[in-house]
Amino acid sequence: MRRLLPFALLALLVLFAGAASAREAAPTAEDVVVEKRMVAISEELRCLVCQNESLAASQADLAKDLRREIREQIQDGRSDQEIMDFMVGRYGDFVRYRPPLTGATLMLWFGPFALLLTGVVVLVVYLRRRSRRVAATLPALSAEEQRKVDALLGGTRDTTEGRKP
Amino acid sequence: MIPELGHFALILALIVSLVQGTLPLIGAHRVNNGGRAWIALARPAARAQFFLIVFAFVCLTWAFVANDFSVVYVAQNSNSRLPLEYRLAGVWGGHEGSLLLWMLMLSGWTVAVSLLSRHLPDAMTARVLGVLGLIAVGFLAFILFTSNPFERLLPAAADGRDLNPLLQDPGLIFHPPMLYMGYVGFSIAFAFAIAALLSGQLDAAWARWSRPWTTAAWAFLTFGIALGSWWAYYELGWGGWWFWDPVENASFLPWLVGTALIHSLAVTEKRGCFKNWTVLLAIAAFSLSLLGTFLVRSGVLTSVHAFATDPRRGIFILILLATVIGASLFLFALRAPKVGLGGSFGLISRESLLLMNNVLLVVACGSVMLGTLYPLLIDALGMGKLSVGPPYFNAVFVPLMVPLLVLMALGPLARWKHADLAAVLRRLTFAFVAAVAIAIAVPLLYGKWSPLTAMGVLLAAWVAGGSVVAIIERRRTGGLAAQPLHWWGMHLAHVGVAAFVLGVTMVSSFQEEKDVRMEPDDTVSVGGYSFRFIGVREAMGPNYRAMVGELELSRDGKVLRTMQPEKRAYLTSAMPMTEAAIDTGLLRDVYVSLGEPVGERAWSVRAYYKPFVDWIWGGCLLMALGGVVAISDRRYRMRKAAASTAVPQGAAA
Amino acid sequence: MNRFLLPLGIFIVLVAFLAVGLNLNPREVPSPLIGKPAPAFELPQLHKPELSFAPKNMLGKVWLLNVWASWCVSCRQEHPILVDFAKTGSAPIYGLNYKDPRADALRWLKQYGDPYALSIADAEGRVGIDYGVYGVPETYVIDKAGVIRFKQIGPVTQDVLEAKILPLVKELNK
Repeated sequence: MRRLLPFALLALLVLFAGAASAREAAPTAEDVVVEKRMVAISEELRCLVCQNESLAASQADLAKDLRREIREQIQDGRSDQEIMDFMVGRYGDFVRYRPPLTGATLMLWFGPFALLLTGVVVLVVYLRRRSRRVAATLPALSAEEQRKVDALLGGTRDTTEGRKP
Repeated sequence: MIPELGHFALILALIVSLVQGTLPLIGAHRVNNGGRAWIALARPAARAQFFLIVFAFVCLTWAFVANDFSVVYVAQNSNSRLPLEYRLAGVWGGHEGSLLLWMLMLSGWTVAVSLLSRHLPDAMTARVLGVLGLIAVGFLAFILFTSNPFERLLPAAADGRDLNPLLQDPGLIFHPPMLYMGYVGFSIAFAFAIAALLSGQLDAAWARWSRPWTTAAWAFLTFGIALGSWWAYYELGWGGWWFWDPVENASFLPWLVGTALIHSLAVTEKRGCFKNWTVLLAIAAFSLSLLGTFLVRSGVLTSVHAFATDPRRGIFILILLATVIGASLFLFALRAPKVGLGGSFGLISRESLLLMNNVLLVVACGSVMLGTLYPLLIDALGMGKLSVGPPYFNAVFVPLMVPLLVLMALGPLARWKHADLAAVLRRLTFAFVAAVAIAIAVPLLYGKWSPLTAMGVLLAAWVAGGSVVAIIERRRTGGLAAQPLHWWGMHLAHVGVAAFVLGVTMVSSFQEEKDVRMEPDDTVSVGGYSFRFIGVREAMGPNYRAMVGELELSRDGKVLRTMQPEKRAYLTSAMPMTEAAIDTGLLRDVYVSLGEPVGERAWSVRAYYKPFVDWIWGGCLLMALGGVVAISDRRYRMRKAAASTAVPQGAAA
Repeated sequence: MNRFLLPLGIFIVLVAFLAVGLNLNPREVPSPLIGKPAPAFELPQLHKPELSFAPKNMLGKVWLLNVWASWCVSCRQEHPILVDFAKTGSAPIYGLNYKDPRADALRWLKQYGDPYALSIADAEGRVGIDYGVYGVPETYVIDKAGVIRFKQIGPVTQDVLEAKILPLVKELNK
């Protein structure tokens, strides 16, 4: 009985200490590093049974199973690429939120930049052609006159917007 | 009986809008040929249509308030235990009712035009109201033939199926009306553009008239999108604020084009240039609103937000879309070649900078649209199925925004007609130096410097710096007090963009997240804040049972408050809902949501620290506010005479 | 050519795509496994858990693998069709009982009839993942060489059976 007393005291002490200074909660995941990689991979994947959610965000049963699958594959030492291939092999390219660059997705990946290029080229060509056309419709000003006009119109201020006359 | 009255009012409204959409247009066409009487019909018709729609809307609301489950729509979207505020908002909780809300907004905007257009020529007003009448015809027909909210259910249901729990949130009360105000508001810019094309008077006056309406719609849309984003943030329980979902994109597309439009309208009004382009943007902004409606309601794309679908509706909307947009683009092709060029300007000038802004915004819009529709295109071509998600949009959209933000500081400082780039840059030296200093310091202050973070902070500070420089310069020249409100509105909106960019950068760089298993007295800390788990208790709501977690939030040992995230089980739905608890602050949110029970007294808990996240919505709010300030400018409130001149006031001095 | 017609042209193309899109189902995802060997597995049988089943046992036969569960509502919809099909004896159906408690599954078969040559219990859904199952019920047609030739996602209807599965089975059995 006596020998038990210190243990009982110790237990009490631990109990009180626990109440006074709380413990840091344990992460839900067994392995935080694995979990982080799992989330990163599953954010790139689409949950098939949901309307439009990533595997990371979905609470569907299949999504949970697939997250478990990914976690286990990470623990088995598979690379991200191998895991991605595993998913695509079973569900097709549909599961990838970042479509791979193939013939069918050329326009998707290069479209925006082609669009930007076209936009800028069209803009520059338009501006040049426009200034020529405008010049043709206006009586030509000599350089001296042009300077005067410029000075009158904008020289006194930075913009013509604003102040009431 | 009351639902039948509502139904009848809708039928009458259709007839009235048929009148509104035809006779005034014909009258305006033959204005010197006895058309005046028909022109005079436009205003009364617009008002009658408004009253009829309001009446129908009140009838549907009444059916919700009175729990009339003999109405199919009410039985599907309400329940006798649903609290009154959600029964009221439940009116637009489903497809049919939200269309009626759409219609209410349209008639509201129409009647506003009819009241505030006294300074416009009568023929112009008649054309604008006529075009709006035609749109109303299309939508009323859509409601009456495919989506009647007043359809009866006989015998009546004993109780309703209840509103989707995800929608039972204050977000539902404010988000859809604001968003629709924006969507539908672009119909006014559209109607003005079509009216101008019809009359052939595509001039600066047209731009001046449609400018405040466009800005108002844009401000509503900005606010509506921000509300939706905030709603998703606190409701979905994992702290995201934008998901690039097709339906979000559907609201974002008209926003991007609308933003381009308010900028190009400025040029058209002040300098008489880009008239064709501006008209095209006005058509595009509204067309994209219609496209959004189609995408959400036809089931061609999968989305979390999509309404239950019916193929007949898809076909109807597609025909409506094709008719409205096809006809207006055809009209555009007919009339645009005859439109004059407007004033001249140099290759570097405020005009050309604003055009560059337009190119970037339109390319951004095109890219988002490409990503949103690509799965459909590929599928339609029989090339398989694929998904385009957030990783794509982030990779494509963000780089497009960088040059836009760089130019944003230059634009307001550049002169009309001809600007000296070197001089503008010289004036911005201070802003640039300050921005670089901030971009170096802020990430270091938060403990981790990375090029991307620094880039985001740099751009935000640069944009804000541009506005600061403009304001300081005006102050120095003594002109600050004389600056018109629209000038302040612009800078407010630009500062809003800066705040938004800073918010996005900070939260994506420095947010902390912990997913932990907590027993009573356990603590978890994120971002210097500590949560102590007290426990979970059960509580009853009006139509749900909730598990309410209690956590004590503290920092440096000082208790700040108790937070109560909830996990709700609604009585009529199997779907559990999370209600996150958020402590909002100027520089950070701390966010906690309750997961699943994982033991006798243990729960899984997610805690987040999200620095600057509120700046995202705060920035949007500033943008919207900037719009409101800009339209309060008194020059929009007067003068028929002054409106017809394209010459900027300053130049006449 | 009037360059101002360009927006109209683009728009018409867009509308054409949207019109085609209306007739497509965005939720139906074709399986990449078609034309590939059926993934190998070895699982206990539902009725006699001490015995196991592996697809390689089926080499040389044309057979159907039907994924089902007692909790799956639309499985009940296709079930009578499968029961009838089993009576014709044109191809054996093997059931993959997906993520189902054994007692529930057995009760369900007793109640609605058992069209399966035998059922296999995939309690954890791992074989389901290997077969790319995402919406139960799903049905695979596997040929004599053990290659997947067809997959039906969602319930087998009379139409699908007559238009696709029966002709395919006949063809493969030649």
